[in-house]
Amino acid sequence: MEASEVSVELYVLLSAVLFIMGVLGVLLRRNAILVFMSVELMLNAGNLALAAFARQWGNGDGHLMVFFVMTVAAAEVAVGLALIVAIFRTKQSINIDDLHMFKD
Amino acid sequence: MENYFDLVPLVVLIPLVGMLTNLFFGKRFGEQGVAIVAVGASAAAFLIAVILWIAQVNTGYVPAVIDMPVLGDWINITSAGLRIPWEFRVDSLSVTMMLVVSGVGTLIHIYAVGYMHGDSRFPRFFVYMNMFLVFMLLLVTGNNFLMMFVGWEGVGLCSYLLIGFWFDKPGGVGWKNSDAARKAFIVNRVGDFGLILGVLLTFWTFRTLDYYKPGEMPAAAHHEEAAYEETLFAPDLPEDEHHETATGPIGVFNQASAWLEEGDHEVNFGVISLSLEATITLITLLFLLGATGKSAQIPLFVWLPDAMAGPTPVSAFIHAATMVTAGVYMMVRSNVLYHSSDLSSFVVAMIGATTAIVAGFIAVGQWDIKRVLAYSTVSQLGFMVAAVGVGAYAAAMFHLVTHACFKALLFLASGSVIHGMEHGHHHLHEHGHGDHGHDDDDFDPQDMRFMGGLKDKMPVTYWTYIFGTLALAGVFPFAGFWSKDEILLDSIKHGVNDGYLSGYLAFVLLLIAAVFTAFYMWRQVSMVFYGQPRHAAAEHASESSNLMTRPLIVLAILSLLIGLINIPSGFPILGWLLGKHEFTSFLGHSVTFAHAGSFNFLLATMAVILALGAIYAARALYNDKTLATLERDPLELDERTAEAFALANAKLYWDEFYFKYIIWPYRNVAYWLAEKLDWEIWHDFAHERLIRDPFNRATQFLAEPVDKGFIDRNFDRLGTLVRRVSDRMRVIQTGYVRTYALSVLFGALLVVILILLPVLRELLGL
Repeated sequence: MEASEVSVELYVLLSAVLFIMGVLGVLLRRNAILVFMSVELMLNAGNLALAAFARQWGNGDGHLMVFFVMTVAAAEVAVGLALIVAIFRTKQSINIDDLHMFKD
Repeated sequence: MENYFDLVPLVVLIPLVGMLTNLFFGKRFGEQGVAIVAVGASAAAFLIAVILWIAQVNTGYVPAVIDMPVLGDWINITSAGLRIPWEFRVDSLSVTMMLVVSGVGTLIHIYAVGYMHGDSRFPRFFVYMNMFLVFMLLLVTGNNFLMMFVGWEGVGLCSYLLIGFWFDKPGGVGWKNSDAARKAFIVNRVGDFGLILGVLLTFWTFRTLDYYKPGEMPAAAHHEEAAYEETLFAPDLPEDEHHETATGPIGVFNQASAWLEEGDHEVNFGVISLSLEATITLITLLFLLGATGKSAQIPLFVWLPDAMAGPTPVSAFIHAATMVTAGVYMMVRSNVLYHSSDLSSFVVAMIGATTAIVAGFIAVGQWDIKRVLAYSTVSQLGFMVAAVGVGAYAAAMFHLVTHACFKALLFLASGSVIHGMEHGHHHLHEHGHGDHGHDDDDFDPQDMRFMGGLKDKMPVTYWTYIFGTLALAGVFPFAGFWSKDEILLDSIKHGVNDGYLSGYLAFVLLLIAAVFTAFYMWRQVSMVFYGQPRHAAAEHASESSNLMTRPLIVLAILSLLIGLINIPSGFPILGWLLGKHEFTSFLGHSVTFAHAGSFNFLLATMAVILALGAIYAARALYNDKTLATLERDPLELDERTAEAFALANAKLYWDEFYFKYIIWPYRNVAYWLAEKLDWEIWHDFAHERLIRDPFNRATQFLAEPVDKGFIDRNFDRLGTLVRRVSDRMRVIQTGYVRTYALSVLFGALLVVILILLPVLRELLGL
């Protein structure tokens, strides 16, 4: 197993790439659903980093944390999608640039 | 029998219930119901008074003090030693007053049912009448000066309400009525002020206001100085009983006697102290001021003649028989105090006697039937007060009782005359359309010039009037003869036997007043009843209803017989038949210095002859010939008496004198105070100049430079600053989620960089 072992740096690198993709998605996309998916991507990037470090240090805390994040993300998805549906019903659009009623 | 004394609160409470019943339900009852309640209440009070009287007789005249149920103490300030219980006193004096007030009151209530028939405020009238009974009976039954004062003020209030009862009569009469009511109330205030000062002084001196404490006996008089007095009836207990009981609480009068006997007692007033004698003189003079108000004596008698504006039953009841005697009752109640002060007694005697003669003189010159009687009342009250002044307390009470009967009779009879005249006047208008027109707008049913010849039209009224007149004139054997004679005899004895100047003076003045009395009364009788009718109204006058005439008959009988309760010793036959000075003996159990009058044949004969002579002179002057026209009085036509008549007719200019020397100066002072002191000095100067203007300036300063210029301005600046800053800052707030997300990213990066800073340093080799 020693040889086939993938070093932790690669995991962290992948995680960083995924996170940056998420960030860019959030900042650049206008479709709310895509923004939402980008947020999920960032969460999963965080999960990957946690799992990697947990394995590296042999400590179960990171794994535990991953499960929490997944649960919370699931709940967040339910609420977030519901919000998006509600917004679409009132505004006939899910373009987040249209959503600046507080400013006006 | 003692248990019956417990009934005494009812004497006050029953009229109170009657009053409240009529007050709340009177309108629903109708005239008959109201009359039954009011007369019933009065009669029940009389019944209880009779029971109390019988109980007094059967218990050997022992005074009783009864607590008011439920109420207990009125005032109880332990630290000041001031305790005023609601206590009633049953003794011979209060029982006498109760009998007079409720007895005469009942008859007058009955009469008033007839007199007030058809009046739009019939229930209200009887509410007031019962209210008067409540207060009058409280006045006479209270066991302390303050309860008496409550009654005293209460009857004054009722008097005011009843004088102004017809305040809404058309043609300016209503105004005159309410003016008269106010005059009575205000003049009485002067007297009441004196009385309350006297009461306060009494408390200061004796530390109590109770006449006698429960169980305490009035001291028996020491008669050694009065040689002419017959033996007296001391209460059935040892003479010096009160000395033994002096260790317990002791009332005002016995305390006064005890201290006077000890001598050298000083009353401390803080700054000064007075001898007890001087204090008592002061108290009694203040009481006298109270009495001159309520009992219409000089100088405060001016309200009583005007008080005749009230309905006639009121004049009879309140302003002749009962309320005006309150002053006399109060002085007789305080006989221990008056007896000990020669100065007060002198002043009292002089005021009484002067009032008697002055009022008697004025009465001769009056045309109004009720005004003559009003001045006569003032004059007779003068007799009573003079009697108190010469120490004849029993005689004063005796005259009070007889006077209540015959003066009530005279007033009620005059009311009957007025009623008859009004009836005739109405009759005239109903049956003489057009013929008479309104040529008699100045018709006055009370003016004797419009009367005449009523003898045959109103026979019952006429005969009862004659009875009352003879009683008032003091003709044997009518009631006035006995009581007036006793006062005259007591005055001259006070002078001759005891050597008091006031006795002689009072005797002379009262004797002349008695002659006036007979003269003006027969003048009135002649004008009203004899000759021919001088006005169509008198021609059509008719006798009043039974409700009104029956009380007259009862009172006429009383006027004839009531004098027999106090036959002087030494009177032939009657004295032997009916007992000697029964009434005085009765009173003697509560009035310490009551002494019995004897009988002087010469004086009695002289008085009767003088009275009959005056009657004869009056009839001769007002014969049928002069009565035929009577536009002017025969006295006015005779130049020897014209001036005197004018003076009497103008009431000696007494009111004018008061107006000129008291009321106008007072008004001027008041105006001056209002204009100068209040308006110019206080308002214009002190208020506006001294207070308002500087205050205005100070507030101006605080408002303009301080508040607006500094505080306000700086806060405004602060506000502007905040607005400008926020204007700038709101640019950041774009409303695009992306912007916020970017700022979150930068923030997160910053945090990460800060965390990694030491690592970076190491990496860069710093």
